[in-house]
Amino acid sequence: MMDKSYEIRLSGSGGQGLILAGIILARAAVIDKHKVTQTQSYGPESRGGYSRADVIISDREIYSPEATNFNCLLALTQEACDKYLFDLRETGILIIDTTYVKNLALAADNTYELPFTEIAMEKLGSPISTNVLSLAFLVKVTGIVSESALEISLRESVKPAFVDLNIKAMKLGFDLAKNYGK
Amino acid sequence: MLKTKKSESTKAKTPKTEPKKENAKQESKIKELQTTRERKTVIMQGNEAVAYGALDAGVNFFAGYPITPSTEVAEILAAELPKRGGVFVQMEDEIASICAITGASLAGAKSLTATSGPGFSLMQEGIGFAKITETPCVVVNVQRLGPSTGMPTSPAQGDIMQAKWGSHGDSPSIVLYPDSVKEAYELTIRAVNLSEKYRTCVILLMDEVIGHMRESVRLPDMANVRVINRIKPTVPPHWYKHYDENQKYLSPLASYGEGYRFHVTGLTHDAHGFPTNKSSEGGEMMDRLRKKISYNIRDLVQIESHQMDDAKIAIFTAGITARAAKAAIAMARYEGIKVGLLRPLTIWPFPDDAVRKMLRNVDTVIVPELNQGQLIHEIRRLTKDKSDGDVIAIQRVNGQLITPNDILRKIKEAC
Amino acid sequence: MANIPQKVVHQYLRHDKKFPHVWCAGCSNGIVLGAIIRALASMNLNRDDVVMVSGIGCSSRMPVYIDLNTLHTLHGRAIAFATGVKLHKPHMKVIVITGDGDCTAIGGNHLIHAARRNIDLTVILVNNNIYGMTGGQCSPTTPHDAIATTAPYGNIEPDFNICNLALGAGASFVARTTAFHVIEMQNYFQSAMEHPGFSLIEVVSACPVIFGRLNKKGGAPQMMKEFRDNSIPITAVEKLPPEKVVGKIQRGILRQEIRPEYCNAYAELSARVQEKEGK
Repeated sequence: MMDKSYEIRLSGSGGQGLILAGIILARAAVIDKHKVTQTQSYGPESRGGYSRADVIISDREIYSPEATNFNCLLALTQEACDKYLFDLRETGILIIDTTYVKNLALAADNTYELPFTEIAMEKLGSPISTNVLSLAFLVKVTGIVSESALEISLRESVKPAFVDLNIKAMKLGFDLAKNYGK
Repeated sequence: MLKTKKSESTKAKTPKTEPKKENAKQESKIKELQTTRERKTVIMQGNEAVAYGALDAGVNFFAGYPITPSTEVAEILAAELPKRGGVFVQMEDEIASICAITGASLAGAKSLTATSGPGFSLMQEGIGFAKITETPCVVVNVQRLGPSTGMPTSPAQGDIMQAKWGSHGDSPSIVLYPDSVKEAYELTIRAVNLSEKYRTCVILLMDEVIGHMRESVRLPDMANVRVINRIKPTVPPHWYKHYDENQKYLSPLASYGEGYRFHVTGLTHDAHGFPTNKSSEGGEMMDRLRKKISYNIRDLVQIESHQMDDAKIAIFTAGITARAAKAAIAMARYEGIKVGLLRPLTIWPFPDDAVRKMLRNVDTVIVPELNQGQLIHEIRRLTKDKSDGDVIAIQRVNGQLITPNDILRKIKEAC
Repeated sequence: MANIPQKVVHQYLRHDKKFPHVWCAGCSNGIVLGAIIRALASMNLNRDDVVMVSGIGCSSRMPVYIDLNTLHTLHGRAIAFATGVKLHKPHMKVIVITGDGDCTAIGGNHLIHAARRNIDLTVILVNNNIYGMTGGQCSPTTPHDAIATTAPYGNIEPDFNICNLALGAGASFVARTTAFHVIEMQNYFQSAMEHPGFSLIEVVSACPVIFGRLNKKGGAPQMMKEFRDNSIPITAVEKLPPEKVVGKIQRGILRQEIRPEYCNAYAELSARVQEKEGK
């Protein structure tokens, strides 16, 4: 089991569904019987502006709920990447959406660069599922929660009408990770 | 838990117009369902925990006005209360909200409202009314940053003193302050219980981060939830005094429509509730408001002591900042520094005796808070034996939390 | 309307508690209180099921004298408190006693929203055109050019037409009468209490000691005479030439219509939701 807590930050701009992604991940962690906290920070507007969701997963009591030293950072915009990259641990995993992130100020050892938004538009017909697509990729790459827990959580967290689309996005995310041997 | 609640609350209370027998039958059925209800571990938001805490405490009346970052409390209760035969009403403003919950409480409801800074400011006169008329109700204030509109989605702990002194005219307050989602649930129940027991407006102060944070929580089974209801009078109506004197100032409370036909006024009043200008009666009433808190302080105070046994440095803080403190303590202890945490769950009345006793053996007190210095005044007041340099402030009001590292740095400086 | 003997009126008062009352000689508040009691007695309501809620001001002192469930609240907020009482115990009759300043200045927001919701409250608004309790300051119904201590050179503001305000906000029962027309007043009170929805009765009343003196209205008898001579029933308005209507107090029931009442609507919603949950 996890000896120490695992800190994840999902970052981007408002409207990209990152807070929902954070909730889905947190719920999956509960399904896997871990302790979890999920916090968020966002601007007053519901579209545009910055947005981030932190998820801390542990098997011990979690004290500070804010991620400060990430084991994993997902950045869907250049701004988010620039802002949070330096708080990633040396051994941490960086996942960026190259649709929007064009410059990397720092090369992390474990960096995964994929055009998630473009892939979503191409394979799923809309960018709306970019959050779940990239989250599934993150889950597969980090192994932080089980795939089945993610699926259960996803089904519980999104509106019934969107379950199929999101399951499709999730599977696509898992498949993308397979290309990296994960 | 949302799911479980939905499916199991189907036998919720029938409308009040139903015959009493039917009501009693239904109520026992609800009780049975509630006590056998399975509580599994779920992911839950702080504001959600407040809403379900309120329901589990028996709250059946909510009046409120939308305001970030407290709105989820209203949204959940708007969905849940009608199912359970309770009332949810969205009022025209926060002033109307506090007045409506006070009116409902006088008619016998267990009532609650939730708001944030701007609304909390508007409610102050009404809070004073609930206090002077000794009417049970609960106000949840999910704090935001700054005066006026400020930063609606950012955390701050700037309403600590307002929660005590916000309403004019010198009235004591009961204010509770949780540090986690689970505790938000527990302290909501406690706030409702204390309001019923002490017949006053109890305030639950929340941090924005706790209101919006989701955590894995396992709620207690309903059989283990202790619910306190107001004491009802047993005397015939003509003997009833709305403010009956007794040793502990915990007097029975009749409701409108039960034959007691009492008078309630925001004016200074006598034991029957009728207005008075006599200094003897006015003074007695003010004394009563003070004593019912101070005579029962042991029952009201709750304080968490974390790794304080051998501590030379103590951190004193409440709410979300205490979580960062615990992380900092874990790091400092790893390096062999003897540091502990004192965290009040009841911030008003202030736990004077407990704090004085627990700080006796420490050299230094660090007081981190997300404001420009509020709790620290209380610590300075209680640590007159220490020099100014031994009470160290960490204050931040920019929308960012105080981090474990911020606190660790001060701990190391103090060594 | 039943003829209620004085003896019965006295049974409704809290004689042993708070008399003598605070009102000045010649004040209309006692007349209004009497009419309320007679209306209640005619309806033969169980007093345990009647609540009287008031705000702050001269008329708002009324609840202390009457033996009902009584609630004397904050300035302007009577309707908000009453909303709470009524929603929790919908079977109770809730009467709100308020004044022009209490209800249309500081409490205006609560008035319009309670009217909009059509919650079953009976709001009796005693309009004396002035803040009497604090010594004669200008209120939203102080007439244009009238003198008040805060309008020593004459009021430059137009005054509120309270009934039009209530009508505009959607009140389902609106009536106006004066302190002179006691029987009409009692009838309106009774009709309003029987009306299933939000009702407002404006009672144009006399404050001879404060408003009267500031504006040289003579004493209470002169002001009562003015109400008698300077008011017309609304039924007569259409028949009279316009010049005879100008400046007159128009008395009568301005609206009496049935539309969904808020507590009922809530009970229906609650039943609907519970039924759906039960399936």
